[in-house]
Amino acid sequence: MSGMPSTNSIIEIIYLVAAALFILSLMWMSSPRTARRGVWAGELGMLLAVGGTLLHHGIVDYRWIAIGLVLGSIIGVPLGMVQMTAVPQRTALSHAFGALCVTLVGTSEFYLRAPNVPRFMMAVLSMEVILGSLTFTGSLMAAGKLEEFLPQRPITYKGQNVVNLSVLAAAIGVAAYVVVHPERTGLFPVILAVPLLFGVLMIVPIGGADMPTVISLLNSYAGLSAAAMGFVLDSKLLIIAGALDGASGFILSVNMSKAMNRSFSNVLFGAFGQEQAAVAGAQEARPVRSATPEEAAAILTAANKVVIVPGYGMAVAQAQHKVRELYDALSKRGVDVKFGIHPVAGRMPGHMNVLLAEADIPYDKLLDMDEINGEFPQTDVALIIGANDVTNPAARTDPSSPIYGMPILDVDKARTVMVIKRGMSAGFAGIDNPLFYLDKTLMLFGDAKGFVGDIVRELGGGHG
Amino acid sequence: MSGDLLTSLYVFMLAAFIGFEVIRRVSPLLHTPLMSLTNALDAIAVVGAIILAGEHKSTLATILGTIAIVAATSNVVGGFLITDRMLKMFKSSRPQKP
Repeated sequence: MSGMPSTNSIIEIIYLVAAALFILSLMWMSSPRTARRGVWAGELGMLLAVGGTLLHHGIVDYRWIAIGLVLGSIIGVPLGMVQMTAVPQRTALSHAFGALCVTLVGTSEFYLRAPNVPRFMMAVLSMEVILGSLTFTGSLMAAGKLEEFLPQRPITYKGQNVVNLSVLAAAIGVAAYVVVHPERTGLFPVILAVPLLFGVLMIVPIGGADMPTVISLLNSYAGLSAAAMGFVLDSKLLIIAGALDGASGFILSVNMSKAMNRSFSNVLFGAFGQEQAAVAGAQEARPVRSATPEEAAAILTAANKVVIVPGYGMAVAQAQHKVRELYDALSKRGVDVKFGIHPVAGRMPGHMNVLLAEADIPYDKLLDMDEINGEFPQTDVALIIGANDVTNPAARTDPSSPIYGMPILDVDKARTVMVIKRGMSAGFAGIDNPLFYLDKTLMLFGDAKGFVGDIVRELGGGHG
Repeated sequence: MSGDLLTSLYVFMLAAFIGFEVIRRVSPLLHTPLMSLTNALDAIAVVGAIILAGEHKSTLATILGTIAIVAATSNVVGGFLITDRMLKMFKSSRPQKP
């Protein structure tokens, strides 16, 4: 051997550096101060890896690669420029694209190697293709529901879980058969098609408020399928990236299910939004106290400490910029204003933080549930905008409530509670919220954006 | 089980542990950009697609490889772009130390 390193070992070293940059990238995500550096590290790693791959001696034709890279970039730019409210569906769509890539590569690898696929390889390849195709259709369905192409409400029927699990079991069964009998290549399309069906069926019973958990779970599947692809191609870099992505999605799904006090299986097979609808009808027309924007403004001005609790309703009403004006007006008067964010507020993990950051609210005012809950007893006013179930004290006190045990924001411990709400309809879970009937609670009926705007006007008017 | 495969399993296991440790430290503030970033990193699968499309071993492999490049590249470009856009918006009310 000569002293010159071969192209292959140069590529391998480039991949090694890229893997290190990917890990650094995620390490720098730990704080908003270093997070942008994390993106740059990731970009550099990606650039190196793609550049290194182009040196690969097996590549004989660059035309299709160039077309793919250009076309992908053309599609990628608008996907990177979507509105912040549309980030959940964009994320679901990108999970679908990632899974599509993995599934297509897996399919090609199978037909390039068939019928002499070693057993372990066939097992990993099946895992890659099964996870990839169910993530593909599942994510497309999730994106469709989030974008409201498809009905958001969960669709359930009797025996749904049995049907879904049988479909998944069928896919795994056929894959296992092909592992043992690799010459039966005709069965491969079944391993591809059945999980595609399962992906659709899996998302049918999922409602809007379950989306944070489901998106995280699909994130995890996308990562694991990429890691499986790494095993098939013997690419350590892909195994590392897939494992990091899989771990990230897994941690987020665990966080989300904990925040809803539900197990994975309950989220995937529960669909409790439908079953509870009957309970809500039972109790109606209890008296509530309501207030006008003038009264609300007066109470807020008199407060020393205000905690605003935003929910998905705020995002739907596009009220975040008005909320920022309220934050500014109150801060100017010396009121201490903070935001209490429940982990499942919004349609994906951390969604509410992004929307508030976009409205220029400083991130050190955005506190997560564990940080803010200790502060409610010293809080003069808790102002709830478009949130419901995450503030329901029945989760703490009423063992018969379907959300009993779910960690909530303890807004009822504040001196005064104000709830901006369109009407008295129940939340996602269809559960009545006893918070609304407390003596300390004032209902502010109206559209979130309009009502907050009215309060801001009152505050401005009182000033000059 | 070949040695290569066992090495791959070790790499997977270690990367998963690193993943758990690193991701646990990410502030819940940044969970949305975290997901779009890991999504972009995951699109490193594009390297497999590039080789597939460039090797020209079969027409099927070239076609599927090219579509796979398109899908993964859109994740790379879109994922990094939106992550950076989101992170740019996070500002502190306290002046930053130089």
